[in-house]
Amino acid sequence: MVAKYDLNDDGVVVIVGSGAGGGTLGNELAQKGIDVVILEAGPRIEMDDFVNDEWQSFVNISWLDKRTTSGNWRVAHDFPNLPAWIVKAVGGSTIHWAGASLRFQEHEFKTKTTYGDIAGANLLDWPLTLADLEPYYAKAESKMGVTGTNGIPRLPGNNNFHVLAAGAKRVGYKEFHTGNMAINSQPRDGRGSCQQIGFCFQGCKSGAKWSTLMAEIPKGEATGKLEVRPQSQVLQIQHDDAGKVTGVLYADKDGNQQVQKARLVAVAGNSIESPRLLLNSASSKFPDGMANSSGQVGRNYMRHTTGSVYAYFEKPVNMYRGTTMAGIIRDEAPNDPKRGFVGGYEMETLSLGLPFMAAFLSPGAWGRDFTSALDMYENMAGMWIVGEDMPQQTNRVSLHASEKDKYGLPIPDVHFDDHANDLAMRSHAYKSGTAVYDAVGALRVFETPPYPSTHNLGTNRMAENARDGVVNKHGQTHDIKNLFVSDGSQFTTGAAENPTLTIVTLAIRQADYIADQMGKKEI
Amino acid sequence: MSRKGMNRRQFLQTSGVAVAGTAAAVGTGTMLVDPKGAWAMSLQALDEHTATTLVVVCRQIYPHDRLGDVYYAKVVEGLDGKAAKDKDVGKLLADGVASLDKSVGDVKWMDLSDGYQLDALKQVESTKFFQTVRGELITGLYNNPDVWRHFGYEGASAEFGGYINRGFNDIGWLKDT
Repeated sequence: MVAKYDLNDDGVVVIVGSGAGGGTLGNELAQKGIDVVILEAGPRIEMDDFVNDEWQSFVNISWLDKRTTSGNWRVAHDFPNLPAWIVKAVGGSTIHWAGASLRFQEHEFKTKTTYGDIAGANLLDWPLTLADLEPYYAKAESKMGVTGTNGIPRLPGNNNFHVLAAGAKRVGYKEFHTGNMAINSQPRDGRGSCQQIGFCFQGCKSGAKWSTLMAEIPKGEATGKLEVRPQSQVLQIQHDDAGKVTGVLYADKDGNQQVQKARLVAVAGNSIESPRLLLNSASSKFPDGMANSSGQVGRNYMRHTTGSVYAYFEKPVNMYRGTTMAGIIRDEAPNDPKRGFVGGYEMETLSLGLPFMAAFLSPGAWGRDFTSALDMYENMAGMWIVGEDMPQQTNRVSLHASEKDKYGLPIPDVHFDDHANDLAMRSHAYKSGTAVYDAVGALRVFETPPYPSTHNLGTNRMAENARDGVVNKHGQTHDIKNLFVSDGSQFTTGAAENPTLTIVTLAIRQADYIADQMGKKEI
Repeated sequence: MSRKGMNRRQFLQTSGVAVAGTAAAVGTGTMLVDPKGAWAMSLQALDEHTATTLVVVCRQIYPHDRLGDVYYAKVVEGLDGKAAKDKDVGKLLADGVASLDKSVGDVKWMDLSDGYQLDALKQVESTKFFQTVRGELITGLYNNPDVWRHFGYEGASAEFGGYINRGFNDIGWLKDT
């Protein structure tokens, strides 16, 4: 029995966004008997409507509202109006994610202590430790069915993995396998096992991959305590004279503006829209935007130090067959400043179909040098680099000075400059990736620049002290007790690992806190 | 002559489409047929010279010896469709070709050597004209399922049950795995 709540019901928890953070929080709260309304900007697209077609899927599910970019990152040059490759649909970017589910390393919660002062970096220790999160990581891994945990076998390796693994072995790496993936290697939790379809980025058509669309939201709805309203874009968070949040203004599926009252609001719109919403909610009481007494809303935007290495070989690989990211080398993940940079990076298999390979292998390139590479598509293997990038105050999501969206609100600008540490790490990772493929006979290797960001982090960061960040260790804003942030924008620093597992972990923990505080009538 | 053995040009001829010279009026548009019989396209907005030049421009931007001109012509058909909807696009393309034609003396760009053709394109690679053609190619060429098989890309797999029984791990040449 799916719930339906009245706009004037001021007892509900309103969650903005239905992805890894919002979708998980919504289910967790509903399981505890708390009334929840999730407002999702995008439509509800079910599994059967996903398509194994890169461009068509991109058009169907991506967040394509106009954004602008600035800064020296290459994405601003190659894709000036597409800083991020994320999803606008129920389930958010858990539809698009590849499933890699790695816990953060202990030192990654203490970067300021571990790395010391790095010029230009706005480093800060998390107000949390790995030990604090371990019980919640365990719950998240069980919930998501992560391979290599809870006795769940790892996925079988596909062709792309076998190339990676053979290279890793010859280079002398020790820790490589098919990863910790939230993709069923055997039937579990009402979902089947991976059929090696490929197209993980386009929405899993077998349901083997965990997503909030397939797992959290249906479970939450089954409690009768969760209502998900698609095509409902939140425009503003509203508050009373005392500064307490009272509800949200949103545009419904017909474009009509509605106000949903709320006891509590949790913002989980991903690291571009979440700070944008807080900034667009400025009022006479909060002239710099909501929850922004620190001035940190929108700042410290992180996107991971990424890049890809593709190589082609004498014989066919057919890398696109099977699970996109089930393959990892972890030896470069620890912090080892002797390499010339702090932090570490993961190397993970990744493949693109021919249409996206043409668009992303070397954006803007043309002529025979480029096409002779695509001619070898069948013989290509590929990996993605994902490493810790430095938070910088000037890397930020801000409101565009003049351009407005269809509701008349300023669109976001995403400014990003690579830090010297990011460049040193990327260079090292390109060399490592090249060595892996050279070791198994690569004929030609490509250093592919970053794609538009799928890992958007840090723009409402967590901090012990209110002056250093936007939220506390529970994702509760320092300024407003009944306003929370529940997505990756909470991250104090980015770590080397794919963020989804940690977003889900924080959401589970946050649900416990919210239920506790509501029970005590604190909020 | 069996019907199966006909090329596109022969097919068009026997189908009653007039192919006088290289171009013929068909309805409101023009049917343009490659003199070598490799392709035919129905033009709504672009003139014959602009269209035939663009076919070669497309090949020079993304040259694949394994692909026949028919796939590049398909991209130009896409550009023509955009020109039919937006006069500015038509003008951009016609002006772009006209400026290429002025790159070396009085020789049309089409008649230049490979090297001079590339030099001329290099000169205009940052222009809106070039980027419009290149952008159309990215989807018009590489997102054409008929092109994929030439690169060994198999496209959608879910309807065939994925690759779990169809070679997701069939790599045979690695010694260590």
